[in-house]
Amino acid sequence: MKTKIRNGILNLLSLGVLVYFLWWAPGNLDGYKLRIINLIAINAILGLSLNLIYGMTGMFSLGHAGFMAIGAYVSALLILTPEQKVTMWILDPIAPWLLNFHTPFIVSLVLAGLAASFLGWLIALPVLRLGGDYLGIATLGFAEIIRILIVNLTPLTNGSLGLKGIPAHTDLWMSYGCLLVVLLFMIRLMKSNFGNVLRAVRDDEIAAKTMGIDTFQTRVLAFVIGCFGGGVGGALMGNLITTIDPKMFMITQTYSLLMVVVVGGLGSITGSVIGSILVTTLLEWLRFVENPVTIGSFHIPGIPGMRMVIFSVLLIVIIIFRREGIMGTREFSWDWFFPTGAPGEKSETKGVGQ
Amino acid sequence: MSLNMFVQHFINALGLGALYGLIAIGYTMVYGILRLINFAHGDIFMLGAYFVFFATIQFKLPWGIGVAIAIAGATLCGLLVDRIAYRPLRSAPRISALISAIGVSFFLENLSVVVFTGMPRAVVQPPWLMHPILIKSPSFGEIRLIPLGLMVPVISFLIVGGLLWIVHRTKPGLAMRSISYDIETTRLMGVSVDRIIALTFALGSALAALAGIMWALRYPRVEPFMGIFPGFKAFIAAVFGGIGSIPGAMIGGLALGFVEIMSIAFFPRLSGYKDAFAFVLLIVILLVKPTGLMGERLEEKI
Amino acid sequence: MKNPEGKAAQNIVLKIKDVTLRFGGLVAVGDLSMNVPEGSITGLIGPNGAGKTTVFNVITGFYKPTKGSVDFMGKPLTGLPPHKVCEAGLSRTFQNIRLFHNETVLENVMIGSYVRQKGRWWQNLLPFVFPAALREEREIRAGSLELLAHLGLAEQADAVSSSLPYGAQRRLEIARALATRPKFLLLDEPAAGMNPQESVELLNFIRKLRDDFDLTILLIEHDMKVVMGVCEYIWVLDRGLLIAEGSPETIRTNPQVIEAYLGKDAPVGDGPVGASPPVQ
Repeated sequence: MKTKIRNGILNLLSLGVLVYFLWWAPGNLDGYKLRIINLIAINAILGLSLNLIYGMTGMFSLGHAGFMAIGAYVSALLILTPEQKVTMWILDPIAPWLLNFHTPFIVSLVLAGLAASFLGWLIALPVLRLGGDYLGIATLGFAEIIRILIVNLTPLTNGSLGLKGIPAHTDLWMSYGCLLVVLLFMIRLMKSNFGNVLRAVRDDEIAAKTMGIDTFQTRVLAFVIGCFGGGVGGALMGNLITTIDPKMFMITQTYSLLMVVVVGGLGSITGSVIGSILVTTLLEWLRFVENPVTIGSFHIPGIPGMRMVIFSVLLIVIIIFRREGIMGTREFSWDWFFPTGAPGEKSETKGVGQ
Repeated sequence: MSLNMFVQHFINALGLGALYGLIAIGYTMVYGILRLINFAHGDIFMLGAYFVFFATIQFKLPWGIGVAIAIAGATLCGLLVDRIAYRPLRSAPRISALISAIGVSFFLENLSVVVFTGMPRAVVQPPWLMHPILIKSPSFGEIRLIPLGLMVPVISFLIVGGLLWIVHRTKPGLAMRSISYDIETTRLMGVSVDRIIALTFALGSALAALAGIMWALRYPRVEPFMGIFPGFKAFIAAVFGGIGSIPGAMIGGLALGFVEIMSIAFFPRLSGYKDAFAFVLLIVILLVKPTGLMGERLEEKI
Repeated sequence: MKNPEGKAAQNIVLKIKDVTLRFGGLVAVGDLSMNVPEGSITGLIGPNGAGKTTVFNVITGFYKPTKGSVDFMGKPLTGLPPHKVCEAGLSRTFQNIRLFHNETVLENVMIGSYVRQKGRWWQNLLPFVFPAALREEREIRAGSLELLAHLGLAEQADAVSSSLPYGAQRRLEIARALATRPKFLLLDEPAAGMNPQESVELLNFIRKLRDDFDLTILLIEHDMKVVMGVCEYIWVLDRGLLIAEGSPETIRTNPQVIEAYLGKDAPVGDGPVGASPPVQ
């Protein structure tokens, strides 16, 4: 009981620190840094949702970029004003019913998640019956189909030109608020007996069936929840960057999320958050490799593509030499800092925020 | 559609399908043995195309030598990929090897951007391959055939025949088939499993390189990401034909080639969706007959 | 309760009727009919490859029989998927233990309880809105700990299941099966890998299980000491066909059974099967 109170206080304290930081940051950090900090939260949301599908329930899905695209487009189409829409659609006039469709940002966020979930459900029904390896290639294909549809359905999406001038609704409060909700959701979910069931489906499907678990329905459910996260993450991303186009949602996007999950540890909530911090900063930092550098009179030309070469080598090295990532399946606990905690009383807290 | 147009499309589809089939064979062989989707396979295809481009156009080597060098180079790359990225993970969970495969694919693509630059480059086709042969017939008019269009399917079918002979009539082929049934028992029988797996990768990579070369001649250009879509589609072809089956892979490739060419020929408005057909086909196959046309059922032992 | 007449008076809880299962041309189980009376401990034996585990897989819904039917307490099980079979009240263990190896001992048992859990998954996300669901989770945790204590695994509740010694893993698998609150338990070679001392303990353990949890038990076993010691009635399969049934005494001296196990040249009569386990 004592540790519970202690952990509660520590959780509140760290939440306080986070809130203070979010309040402090906009006035004191430049736009580039703020954007990275926002991206960390968004990638954490996306990583967590992919981890739910992949690390916790054991479904190898490569479709997250597709679900992000759905979320980003749905949200953008719902918050752009009719005037913006009229001027932006050049290739084909916008579908009339879509023109005056307008909702507040939060509503668009939820609808983005729901749309991604619905399409996720559609794809899950045929594909999750098989499980195993085909899921990866089928979801990947699905993401590509989504992209091809976006390019071709110009009256809805403005095709390859993409959407510009999306209001920048994603600020630190929004992205970290969403992250907090997602974190609480994941912690409660994975601590409940249903979380055990998800892991059971991942570890041994046959044994899980024998235990009376409808493994197919369980998988579909986890997949659909994960897609919701993908949609919301995509919507947040669109509202952060303010322009979206089909190229943003190529397979590369899924790979970076895969990296977030693998680096952090498959099946670890804490891991996905750490993974997001590392991968997001690393990807930004690696941009330097591609930019020309001049040191004194010495000029090093930028090497395009080098960033992703380093990135992919890291992915291979991690998977070969440290498959479990940073956290394995472990979770953060305040007990780490109190080595003499009361024995027998298992900690029930997990980290809040970072 | 007139008959001569149809024949034209037919030969086109045959060529494209044969190329998909050649790539699909590499997928199906590796999957049959290791249960691994070798995501890097499409990139070996790309490397084959690049190597022949550099050999013949940059270094002005004759085509025969260029092709030999390209195949040898891509085969070596395939072997390295297996040795570095897959072999350490043989006893790891299968999903680890899959992630490693994605990493390798990503690596090869971006390394190609670094080394070859991201700019697409035009391939100069040797004129003797392009000189049209006209077939005139009073009944269905005129058909223009280029030697390349005929060469691609013919070479592909010959190669598949040779491969089937290797797999079914030679000792290493026997070892391959044995590994696909039970890798551990095969090891106990004194077969050097790693070497046979390497041989499988070598054969698959050589075929992918050959496909890459012919692809570069057909659509005369090379670029670092050219392997992604043919790779995915070939994998789907392998699934369609029944994963693990070499004739199945070829049949699947041909089927996919025909679906793509013919649907655009008959419904030109669908051309924007060309790359989506294969994935739709995949989902349909998985729904209707998950084992593919010629595949066997893999049951988990309870 | 050793005379067959007394047995016939009991309720038949599991009724297998004319079950045939073919894999391609191979007949894995042929025209099998068998009854298991309520509250009994029944053995299913036979040499390797006789189709015993296949019968388990048919009962528990992993294989659909080519023909024939399986009834449980008067209701048909045939065609039900495995999780529905579990809901109906049958649970099983596996020949090669299948625990959820990354989970703790306690979590393994809690997963077993899930099938009887009433609270929906999303209710646990909002504990203040759905206090009943939270209470139920607590009860499941407490109940699972109790079950573990009953099977002597309380000490290891927080250990990762794959870290347990072999015998404890077998017991955990049984605990997990019990957590689904079955009326009928199928044990697939519970004595495999145990030494003679442990096998003797297992006899009492199985009887105690039946009495404590009010179960009917059907078990596959190679260890004849266990089979003869605990089973009240035995069915013998060979190459997918039923070759004998009866009390342990009659099975022990049945020439067909001895032949199936030891081959034709085996000395019939005085060489009791139970004296030594069959050669594997």
